[in-house]
Amino acid sequence: MTEATMIAHDIAADPSPLVIGGREFRSRLLVGTGKYPSNEVMVDAIEASGAEVVTVAVRRVDLDRSHEEGILHHIDPARFFLLANTAGCYNAADAIRYARLGRAAGFNEWVKLEVIGDEKTLLPDTAGLLEATKTLVAEGFKVMAYTNDDLISALRLEDAGAVAVMPLASPIGSGLGMLNPYAIRTIKLRLSVPVIVDAGVGTASDACVVMEQGVDGILMNTGIAAASDPVRMAFAMRSAVEAGRAAYLAGRMPRREVAVPSSPTRGMIGS
Amino acid sequence: MTETVHRPYRAGAEAPSESGIGLTVNGAQRTIARSTSLSQYLASLSLDARAVVVEHNGTILRDRDSFANVPLHDGDTLEILHFVGGG
Repeated sequence: MTEATMIAHDIAADPSPLVIGGREFRSRLLVGTGKYPSNEVMVDAIEASGAEVVTVAVRRVDLDRSHEEGILHHIDPARFFLLANTAGCYNAADAIRYARLGRAAGFNEWVKLEVIGDEKTLLPDTAGLLEATKTLVAEGFKVMAYTNDDLISALRLEDAGAVAVMPLASPIGSGLGMLNPYAIRTIKLRLSVPVIVDAGVGTASDACVVMEQGVDGILMNTGIAAASDPVRMAFAMRSAVEAGRAAYLAGRMPRREVAVPSSPTRGMIGS
Repeated sequence: MTETVHRPYRAGAEAPSESGIGLTVNGAQRTIARSTSLSQYLASLSLDARAVVVEHNGTILRDRDSFANVPLHDGDTLEILHFVGGG
């Protein structure tokens, strides 16, 4: 394809950018940076994913191994939009503290807000999440809230000022895919802010089906990082997100319980 | 949340000597030379101030250029953090 037809192709696939909190993104795939077999594989996988938003965590520097490099040695903050998370926080106060640390450590006032309620499932504590969202929004943060696939929680987070609501497809790191498409569709239909499905996508078909629900994007980490070949899976996820988006915009054919022939029934020999 | 907490010397920490003071850094006890500034301490750890965020006695220090003017005192608590991989 020439460059012009490639651009036309891109526009046909997805005519509008993803806009979160007043900022435009071309890619609807957001990726994490955890659990990669090496930094080199991580960098290549992020490149292959085409993602612009890249999540990071805030942790103590290991003082006994202070030569150990932080993630900023591998990811250029001028090229990628770094989104600090509050992963590992089990109450609103801790999440608020980590959000503030991330803002001080980083380059923007955005936060991927997680308040976890249970160690076994890592499911969100939506009460703590709502409380932390209110506090951080009042402090000028742009909050992207990781939440349950629950409409009422999503509505309350939007009312509290979250710039994006991020319901899970299934538990973090489970790779189970989307457990409740109805819930995800309902959240997307009712919210005005972008809905980014976060967590649970295990392979490319999961990503495609999620995007076909009409959501605005997907954030994933383990689905890419824990693949046998993360770089190839990153490419697959990118393709799946684009395909799912295009399919949603194209509008699928109606489902029927009977067969309908694709070829003409008239003009058969002997008719 | 932004008030400065001056923590008293705690039992179990290394006793301050004439030449040194005791700090709690990332949860561990450390002894450093008296009259060390935060920027000098980070340099002694081979840490680039631009690559870390520091919480001093519970207060996040947002102005990295001020680190040279932050004196460390006996009993101070430091959290020195950075970005790592995460989802």
